[in-house]
Amino acid sequence: MPHTLAEKILLAHSDVADLAPGDLVTVRCDLVMANDVSGPIAFRMMEKMGATKVFDPAKIVMFADHFAPAKDARSADLQRQLKAWSEAHGVTHYGQGRGGIEHTVLVEDGWVVPGMVIAGGDSHACTYGALGAFGSGLGSTDIAACLVFGSFWQMVPATIQVEFTGSKRPFVTGKDLILAVIAELGVGGGTGAVLEFVGPAVPALSIDERLAVANMAVEAGAEAGFFPADEVTAAYLAGRTDRSWQAARSDPGASFARRVRIDLDAVPPLIALPHSPGNVVPVTEAAGQPIDQVYIGNCANGTITDLRQAAAILAGRQVHPRVRAIIVPASQKVYRQALAEGLLDQFVAAGAVVSTPTCGACFGGHMGVLAAGERAVTTTNRNFKGRMGSPGAEVYLANAYVAAAAAVAGEIVEPSAVAEGVPA
Amino acid sequence: MILEGSAVVIREDNVDTDVLYPGAYLNLADPEQMKPYLFEGLDPTLRDQLRGETILVVGENFGTGSSREHVPHAMLAWGVRCVLGKSFARIFFRNCINLGLPAIVCPDAVAAAEPGAVIRIDTDAGAVTVGAAPFRAAPLPPFMRDMLASGGLVDWARRRLAQAG
Ligand code: SF4
Repeated sequence: MPHTLAEKILLAHSDVADLAPGDLVTVRCDLVMANDVSGPIAFRMMEKMGATKVFDPAKIVMFADHFAPAKDARSADLQRQLKAWSEAHGVTHYGQGRGGIEHTVLVEDGWVVPGMVIAGGDSHACTYGALGAFGSGLGSTDIAACLVFGSFWQMVPATIQVEFTGSKRPFVTGKDLILAVIAELGVGGGTGAVLEFVGPAVPALSIDERLAVANMAVEAGAEAGFFPADEVTAAYLAGRTDRSWQAARSDPGASFARRVRIDLDAVPPLIALPHSPGNVVPVTEAAGQPIDQVYIGNCANGTITDLRQAAAILAGRQVHPRVRAIIVPASQKVYRQALAEGLLDQFVAAGAVVSTPTCGACFGGHMGVLAAGERAVTTTNRNFKGRMGSPGAEVYLANAYVAAAAAVAGEIVEPSAVAEGVPA
Repeated sequence: MILEGSAVVIREDNVDTDVLYPGAYLNLADPEQMKPYLFEGLDPTLRDQLRGETILVVGENFGTGSSREHVPHAMLAWGVRCVLGKSFARIFFRNCINLGLPAIVCPDAVAAAEPGAVIRIDTDAGAVTVGAAPFRAAPLPPFMRDMLASGGLVDWARRRLAQAG
C-alpha cells in the first residue's frame, strides 16, 4: 500500500506490519527532549511510575531555556533540578551559556536528521520537520513514559500536502509562507494531521526559512509539519552530524486528506493580528498602528537569517523613541555569528536591546513582558491573549523585516517604506 | 467508567493554553500551587464555579497551543471529572487522557449543556446525558479506556514495569 512520508516514518518506528491514519500505535523515539518547564514535572511523574532508570541516556537531552537565566528563585530551582537529574542519569544537559532555545540547538548541533522520531516536551517540537524529522510535541507525563520506555502512544495522523509554487516577493520570508498556510487551514484545520511541505518553490528555501515554516505547523493544529529531505537538507547536515540518514518522500499514489497550494507570487508580507495566529492579513491592512515594543527572536525566527534581515533594516537607522526593541538570538551559535558579522553592534547602535538566548518574553516569562494596553510586533509564533504578559496587551506576529521596520517607524509599516527611507 | 457532575460552561472556540494557564506561572510544578492560576487569562471568576464534581463543557479546538500539562493538572486539582467538548487540540487531549481526565467529544451535548446542568457520561458506552436528554459520543479506543480506568499513564506504566519485574 502506498504511504505518505509520515506513515513511513511511523511504520519504521513501530512493530506493526502496516498502518493507516486513525490506527493507534506505539512509536519508538530516537530522541527525547524536555526543558526547565516540562522536565521537572516529567521527573516527578517518572518517580510516580516507580521507574529509576531511563531507556537510553544517549537519546535524551535537557534544556534550560524557558526561564533561563533564572528569573527568580523558583525558576532557579527548576533549572537546578534539571541539571541534577541530567547528571544523575548521565544525559546531555544544555545549561545557560551553552545552548539556547531547545529546538534551534537540537537542529544546529546535529541531533536531528531526516526520518527521526523526536519526542519533545514542548509543542514546537514540530520544528524538526525543517529537516524531515517527525517531531512530536508532548506533555510532561508523555515525556516521563518516553524517558522510561523510549516510546509513546500515537494515533496515526492523516497527511495534508501543502504545495508552494512561484517565488517569494521582496521582504517575504518563511514566516509569511506559514502564516499563509495557517490562514488557509485555520487554527484547528490541521488537527489529526501532519503537514507535508512540497513544491517547486521549496528548493529555494533555506533551512532557516524551513524552520520558521515547520515551527508553526502546530499553530494550524497539526501534529507535525515537514519538508522531505533534499539537497538543501544534505548540504546543511554535511559536517554537522555523524548520524546516518536517508532521504524519503511520500509514495506516488499515497492518499492525502487534503491538498493545499500556496502561490508565493501572490503572498505579500503578512501579519497575524491579535489574538490568534490565524488572524492573518497583509501588513498594509494593519499599517499605521502605533506600537510600544518589537521582539525579534524565538524558536521560529531567531536564526542568523532573521537577524540579518533585521539588520538590513536597522543598520544606520534608529529605533523610534516610542519603541523598545528587543533582539534575542535563538542560540549561542547564532549569537556568536551575529557578533562576528557586526550585527549586534548595529542593533545596539540603533537603540535596540540584545538579550542572551532564551525563550524569555516569547511566552510571557521574563525579559520583555508587556503591560496592559501595550502593543507589540514580534517574530514569535503565538499571539494568544496574555501570551507575552498582560491579557490587555496586543501581539502582532510578523517576519523580521516587518518587525524591524515597525521598530524604526514606531508603527506597523510595510518594510519597503522604511527601506526606501520613507517611514511614515 | 461513569462520571457525573454539574456543568461549568466555556462557550468560546479555540480557547488556548495561555489564557487557561498563563506562562508566567509555568515555574510551578505542584498542582496545588497551580490551582489559583487556572482560567486566569480567560475569566478568573470561572474558578468560583468549580465546586464539587464538575464536568467542564467546552467548544471547538479547546486547549490549542502549548504542551503545558499545568492546565489538566490544575483542572484535576479543582475537582474537574471530565472535559466534554466539541473538539480538542491534540496535545491537550493527550495530556488529559494521560492524567486520567476523560476528554470526550460530543458536540450536540455541548450545545445542549447550560451552566449547572447535571451531566452523566458513560465513557465506555459513549453515552452522555444532559439533564434528561441523551446523546451519543464516539467511544474512546480500548487502549485509552484501559488507561483511563486505571487513572492514567502513570499507573499504566507502573503496571508495565511490574510485569517486566
Ligand atoms: S521560544 Fe517561545 S515558542 Fe519557542 S520553545 Fe521557547 S517559549 Fe516555546
